[in-house]
Amino acid sequence: MSTAITEPVVPYDEVIAEFDPVLGLEVHVELGTATKMFCGCPTEFGAEPNTQTCPTCLGLPGSLPVVNAIGVESAIRIGLALNCSIAEWCRFARKNYFYPDMPKNFQTSQYDEPICFNGYLDVEVETDDGMRTFRVEIERAHMEEDTGKTSHQGGATGRIHGADYSLVDYNRAGIPLIEIVTKPITGTGKYAPEVAKAYVTALREILRGLGVSDVKMEQGSLRCDANVSLRPSPESPLGTRTETKNVNSLRSVERSVRYEMTRQAAILRAGNKVMQETRHWHEDTGVTTSGRPKSDADDYRYFPEPDLVPIAPSREWVEQLRAALPENPSVLRARVQTAWGISDFEMMAVVKAGALELVAATVAAGADQAAARKWWVGEVTRIANERGVELVDLPITPVDIARVEAMVGAGALNDKLARQVIEAVLAGEGSPDDVVATRGLAVVSDDGPLLEAIDAALAEAPDVAEKILSGKLAAAGAIVGAVMKATRGQADAARVRELLLERLGVAE
Amino acid sequence: MSDLIRLTAAETAAAVASGAASAVEVAQAHLDRISEVDERVHAFLHVDTDGALAAAAAVDSARAAGATLSPLAGVPLALKDVMTQKGIPTTCGSRILEGWRPPYDSTVTARLKAAGVVILGKTNMDEFAMGSSTEHSAYGPTHNPWDLDRIPGGSGGGSAAAVAAFEAPLAIGTDTGGSIRQPAAVTGTVGVKPTYGAVSRYGLVALASSLDQAGPCARTVLDAALLHATIAGHDPLDSTSFDGPVPDVVGAALRADVQGMRIGVVKELSGEGYQAGVQQRFDEAVALLTGMGAEVVEVSCPNFPYALAAYYLILPSECSSNLAKFDGMRFGLRVGEDDGDPSVEQVMGRTRAAGFGAEAIRRIMLGTYALSAGYYDAYYGQAQKVRTLIARDFAAAFEQVDVLISPTAPTTAFKLGEKLDDPLAMYLNDVATIPANLAGIPGMSLPAGLAPEDCLPVGLQIMAPAMADDRLYNVGAALEAALLSNWGRPILQEAPSL
Amino acid sequence: MSDTPSITRADVAHLASLARIDLPPESLDHYAEQLAVILGAVAQVAEVAADDIPPMSHPLPLVNVFRTDEVRPSLTSDEALSGAPSVESDRFRVPRILDEA
Repeated sequence: MSTAITEPVVPYDEVIAEFDPVLGLEVHVELGTATKMFCGCPTEFGAEPNTQTCPTCLGLPGSLPVVNAIGVESAIRIGLALNCSIAEWCRFARKNYFYPDMPKNFQTSQYDEPICFNGYLDVEVETDDGMRTFRVEIERAHMEEDTGKTSHQGGATGRIHGADYSLVDYNRAGIPLIEIVTKPITGTGKYAPEVAKAYVTALREILRGLGVSDVKMEQGSLRCDANVSLRPSPESPLGTRTETKNVNSLRSVERSVRYEMTRQAAILRAGNKVMQETRHWHEDTGVTTSGRPKSDADDYRYFPEPDLVPIAPSREWVEQLRAALPENPSVLRARVQTAWGISDFEMMAVVKAGALELVAATVAAGADQAAARKWWVGEVTRIANERGVELVDLPITPVDIARVEAMVGAGALNDKLARQVIEAVLAGEGSPDDVVATRGLAVVSDDGPLLEAIDAALAEAPDVAEKILSGKLAAAGAIVGAVMKATRGQADAARVRELLLERLGVAE
Repeated sequence: MSDLIRLTAAETAAAVASGAASAVEVAQAHLDRISEVDERVHAFLHVDTDGALAAAAAVDSARAAGATLSPLAGVPLALKDVMTQKGIPTTCGSRILEGWRPPYDSTVTARLKAAGVVILGKTNMDEFAMGSSTEHSAYGPTHNPWDLDRIPGGSGGGSAAAVAAFEAPLAIGTDTGGSIRQPAAVTGTVGVKPTYGAVSRYGLVALASSLDQAGPCARTVLDAALLHATIAGHDPLDSTSFDGPVPDVVGAALRADVQGMRIGVVKELSGEGYQAGVQQRFDEAVALLTGMGAEVVEVSCPNFPYALAAYYLILPSECSSNLAKFDGMRFGLRVGEDDGDPSVEQVMGRTRAAGFGAEAIRRIMLGTYALSAGYYDAYYGQAQKVRTLIARDFAAAFEQVDVLISPTAPTTAFKLGEKLDDPLAMYLNDVATIPANLAGIPGMSLPAGLAPEDCLPVGLQIMAPAMADDRLYNVGAALEAALLSNWGRPILQEAPSL
Repeated sequence: MSDTPSITRADVAHLASLARIDLPPESLDHYAEQLAVILGAVAQVAEVAADDIPPMSHPLPLVNVFRTDEVRPSLTSDEALSGAPSVESDRFRVPRILDEA
């Protein structure tokens, strides 16, 4: 149960009028390597507790780490995709502190020698003046290891406070993490929340494209901590920042940044100081609550890790990796937009829905780009939003959509039926072909039943026939509608109209 | 039977291979010896009777089946309790690991087992290898077989004493600042710290990761070479392990020829602070080497006076981090859980206070201080620079000479209790051995005689460039032969009977 | 550096807290004394002119030691838990944690 105390907030437009926000985003990516960062234990999700540990990741006396080559390769590829410089020589460092989820009571990480540094990522945000590009500068990306998982027992909420004891599973301990840290993000003004969300979205897209992680925020393979501070104006020195954790979705990134801005504004307006602390975001109530005081003076007593030797990636290796990088998403976007011949606005709709890859794959599977866009950005996105999931998590694939379109093209389905098929596939009823067969949703292509239905409809409404015959062709719509109803939508409306007019001997 | 314990490892291996003695007989003879003397020596913390006899029986079966035996098959060995041995108590001389049975073997242990070496048990040591006298063991000190009222050296006093007391012909020690070499010196045995990276540290409970190295303890140079060859070599589980050929240490020990070699006496490792008898035996050994055709010159290593200070900043810093894992959560001692309703932070704090001895606590705090924000550059950072200078001193010296020599320790074995209240005085025991650890180069101590004033063993240290461990064995074996010739019989035969 | 750095009782308490060692209060002064003496001796390193000397963190000139991303056998959960002071549901049971990390 989150705290009952509601902190005062300032309306957002007033926040913007009085303050200039500065952001800092720290993203942890859990790599999808087969083994952990410093040992050969598997990284499969969901195994029985403590079945994926060894002396090294358990921190047993005498154990030693050995670096996973793919961990290093992934770090470099991520750095290159973010336009970073790659260190010519760097070391791991020990970050020393005590916590039960850390088997060695130090984390093997990197300190003043990150493997990647000084990069940037351009993100596009919709503003009042149209699309604007913000350049988010990246301070560093470095390698480190994940901790074990604690579950707190005995309390009411499963959270730390009030628990009697905890149980620790070290399966996750040692899984490779890449930490990506931005430089202070300034100049976003009222778009700070959108920029934050756009950055994490774009970053996620790049990481997925690289194939280094499955980047699922809800599952924890992509974690975001949002740092927010306010200052009176862009010329003022930086204000005190808070760090917000438990930001488990793109939506939460935007909402938590916005909330923190309004909360901090209320404090500053009252003439008080913002406390430098870690806060916890609650998606259900839309607020952050106080965690523990954050101290820049947390003394981790960093020193170079003596059990690991330095990493010196050769320039040849770095260039090989650079050459093999997948196409940068923004370059891909420009190329695709030209190929499809669509407007910026149409393109933006696809990007905003996070559907670019899916649409492209649907086109590759044979569908027309407009149709592919229509379905993904329209119907499927609507359902994704309803269910609160990402497009990729829905049980429908580009191949499915392409198949549905193919059936429409062949006249086996009309638009309305296609929609029904898609909804059924999303409901888990099987592939499009399965659904059509099971539900018998095929368009009636035999004229016989259609003519019967037309005659029946005409019999019901003799005055309509007269109207048509007297030249009011629009009246045909009523008959067509009646026929569609009678055939439960499984008639091709255009064909029905054709047959009707033929029947009445009226030319179009 | 009692003769079996007087054999060298080489002789024992030959006896087992030829069938003159069975491995079980040999193991039993040594187990009997342990029963006979170890109550007074206290070299062992744990004797694995069943395991040893089973391992010995396996060697006998292999021999009977016509298999080719490894060079040390059937030879008994004592393992310093800092090395993990699966299922066998491993305490590192500390209360905080009382009763802990590791679920895995160290690489050294695994290689010994694969070679048919018969591990008799685990030997006593200063807690977590911190000390020069084995008095900081939580389980009581080991007594020097030469004089039971005296220290056997440290931290590996148990391993050295076991060998000196004929409880085992071989032992494994570990050396971070002299913990193999100094005990060897004060017990009249041979001890070698290989080049850093020559022997795997996987399963060696870490004290100072950039300084620790496991190595052989024996009664002869050849025996030490045989053991060295068995345990050395690249290990993919240890990132700091050297990937290259192991130098031919056995061949070098057999060669034993210093003709034409250039030998350097380190100027800074002599003079004030060195016991007269220690210096005397050292000087006599130098004369012997010259007599054998070596060219002996004085070499200066001007930064060596700072080695002790650098060491006692680097070691505590690394150990303060290495010992953080001992918190009562996953293994070992846990205390204070039933007192009040303690938090995990409190249980960790109580466990560590109860489980660590005073020396360990001192060094952990010193290291915590040296790494603290604001102090790092002046202490740890600066010490790492001094370390570079020490390494450069060695490099410069090795341009002029093939090996360096010095007394291993400033004094012979002192009395139990004598230096316990003065940590600094205790640290000074390592003044000659520490430089080699800082630079990562190999060092050997071999017996150079007995000091006239107290009839206690004196050790001579040989140091060689990194990866040139074979030079130690060559020079060591030559000197050993010359000394033996002078004495008429091995030095350990001068030791009082136990 | 000619002065012996002083270590106070409070310093020792702070260090002990960072190192998670619950020292009995009566031992603090003694440790403070000993640490001050040792620190005085090791502070000697500052006498060495070493401004442009690179620090040495690793004695061997090794770089780029990696392993392939291939699964190797893990311990069984019994083995992993074998030394644990307290176990529940195949996990390590630890006393209540006060603070988030």
